[in-house]
Amino acid sequence: MSSVAQKSGFGATLWDWLTTVDHKKIGILYLLGGLFFFVLGGIEAMIIRLQLITPNNDLVSAGLFNDLITMHGTTMIFLAAMPILFGFMNAIMPLQIGARDVAFPFINSLGFWMFAFGGLFLNISWLFGEVPDAGWTSYASLSLHSPGHGVDFYAIGLQIAGGGTLMAGINFLVTIINMRAPGMTYMRMPLFTWTTFVASAMILFAFPPLTVGLFFLTFDRMFSGNFFDHTMGGNTIIWEHIFWIFGHPEVYILILPAFGIFSEIFSVFSRKRLFGYTAMVFATVLIGFLGFMVWAHHMFTVGLGPTANAIFAVATMAIAVPTGVKIFNWLLTIWGGSIKVTTPMLYALGFIPSFVMGGVTGVMQGAAPLDYQLHDSYFIVAHFHYVIVGGVVLAIFAGLHYWWPKMFGTILNEFLGKITFVFFFIGFHLTFLIQHWLGFWGMPRRVWTFMDGQGWNLANFISTIGALLMAIGFTVMVINIIMTTVKNERVGNDPWGDGRTLEWAIPSPPPFYNFPATPLIRGLDTLWVEKMEGSKEMITPAEPITDIHMPHGSIIPMLMSLGLFIAGFGAMFHQETSWGLGVLIFGLAFTFVTMATRSVKDDLGYYVTKEQILQDQENFKRGRN
Amino acid sequence: MSEVQMIKRSPAEQSLSQRRAKESMRSQIAMFALMIFLTLVSFSMVFAHLNDVAGFSKFFVIPTLFLFAAVQVGLQLYYFMHMNEKGHGVPQMFMFTGAMLGFLIPLTFVTIVWW
Repeated sequence: MSSVAQKSGFGATLWDWLTTVDHKKIGILYLLGGLFFFVLGGIEAMIIRLQLITPNNDLVSAGLFNDLITMHGTTMIFLAAMPILFGFMNAIMPLQIGARDVAFPFINSLGFWMFAFGGLFLNISWLFGEVPDAGWTSYASLSLHSPGHGVDFYAIGLQIAGGGTLMAGINFLVTIINMRAPGMTYMRMPLFTWTTFVASAMILFAFPPLTVGLFFLTFDRMFSGNFFDHTMGGNTIIWEHIFWIFGHPEVYILILPAFGIFSEIFSVFSRKRLFGYTAMVFATVLIGFLGFMVWAHHMFTVGLGPTANAIFAVATMAIAVPTGVKIFNWLLTIWGGSIKVTTPMLYALGFIPSFVMGGVTGVMQGAAPLDYQLHDSYFIVAHFHYVIVGGVVLAIFAGLHYWWPKMFGTILNEFLGKITFVFFFIGFHLTFLIQHWLGFWGMPRRVWTFMDGQGWNLANFISTIGALLMAIGFTVMVINIIMTTVKNERVGNDPWGDGRTLEWAIPSPPPFYNFPATPLIRGLDTLWVEKMEGSKEMITPAEPITDIHMPHGSIIPMLMSLGLFIAGFGAMFHQETSWGLGVLIFGLAFTFVTMATRSVKDDLGYYVTKEQILQDQENFKRGRN
Repeated sequence: MSEVQMIKRSPAEQSLSQRRAKESMRSQIAMFALMIFLTLVSFSMVFAHLNDVAGFSKFFVIPTLFLFAAVQVGLQLYYFMHMNEKGHGVPQMFMFTGAMLGFLIPLTFVTIVWW
């Protein structure tokens, strides 16, 4: 294996990507997979809005509308937002802490392939014509009575994808705890690494409840279980608890990395140290803890009683405090900075007011008595789109522009980037701001159409126009990506010119071993410290250049996930067909065989020689890598 | 291949590590004895309760057993699984966070959600 550029055939390239254990390549795979599902979820969203453009519309049937809203929510949360954030974490976090790779490259690959096959499994439901239709929350009484295999696809698909997420989370945790470069203390870690750390810890504690819940649902639907069937002594409400014990931390798992991305962007493009770094870290950790204490605020109207509602309402409002700390710290980072309004910075500036609006409506719903009014209305839809689109999606787009050079070695066109922002930002507010009032005017969520003469026509029309603007914005971004990739103009180490963290000290894209010699970290904003001292190499090495031990690629993670994918179909069809049970057993056995192969076969890795590293460095210096 | 380096311990280092190992062994044996003692006490209390010895009602025996169990878990973690040594801060934090969530959530259910 050589890092010297050489033409390889399509087959070899494909094999390389299927077997890769390199965190940067897996990051790109996560990003591409996530963007693919983002497009799918976006198309579903567009159909939803087109259906609601006029009263009594019959573009889609009521049943198909239920499929669309369920798949839109599930796809966007589990298959688009999280994987794209994982893409950034994979590609950037090890660079920020000065590591050669994540702690478990093999498990990293396994995590990606489980996500890919889980997402595929979920979306194959469209081809079967039996699509999940019980909402992304799949409340048990409804999901148990959903006919066909729709909800089975949900339960098994999410089970496989969720397993991958759990592995990715554990992997990031171990990486950050064990693989920081010398001098990289916890309180010198960039905020994006910190938020990755806290989000991963939340994954560690939040995903097991989801796994348990989905297994219960799978048993109830496919193996004659009665966990949620109250006529058989089960409990329907317990699904809601289990789901939200997972589901509330989940929204923080999404938003914390977004906060991390914006923290990086604010400080780079204000050319200032992040204001209140310690407070930011503390707020991140506090949000992580509090995120587990508030799940019942999704269930105020279930009838838990005034004591539970009051306690959970207070706990919910407490979260506004650390979030407010963050908002003020960002404002104070910009304050007095030498601001450069690039595309990422534009997203970051747009994020603050958008997210604050989402947060304030969140506090409104956190007041239990008011929630009785707002529950299941379009106000809720407006709120969570304000936090997820105004927070997470803006962060994803910002991160995409910000780190594109580091991941791909080219820089996205700034002009088109700003066009994207304008269309997307205006479209976003046009779509969702008016939905707050729709909620106040009594429009319930999850209705496939509405009658004329209720005063909802204009607002729904405006909302759909906004959605179209968002679609235009996204299309411009796709065009931008294609144009940039075709032009292929290479950029240097630090294309933004003001990079502060370690990833900007190495070539874009970095060599597969990241750092020729492990760097020595001499302070917060490592690269900035070096720049201020005028050091030529931008990295103070902590060790001499020696041979580097690297792991081999492996196809086993993909095969392991494939086995689970096959087993999923077996589990789904085992009650009505004779072959189902056989396929289930075959799939699981296949996975166990691949696991055994992995255990028995020793992979000792290989060494990148010192001569090759020095040669690479020469090439980078002459700029013709 | 990068060559493997062999680093010899100096006599001072050798004696230090021996002393550390000795201390560790001594505390492990002491804790082991304590744990056996606690187990014996627990069994005796249950026997006393079963034979209706005065003062050993189940309202005394059960909480005490739980207390002893908690102490034993602590001893197990700190002395036999070496959590008292340096470099275990992060695992401790994660274990305690997990335990806290594991207790708090059921506590929420039995106190304010399902009464």
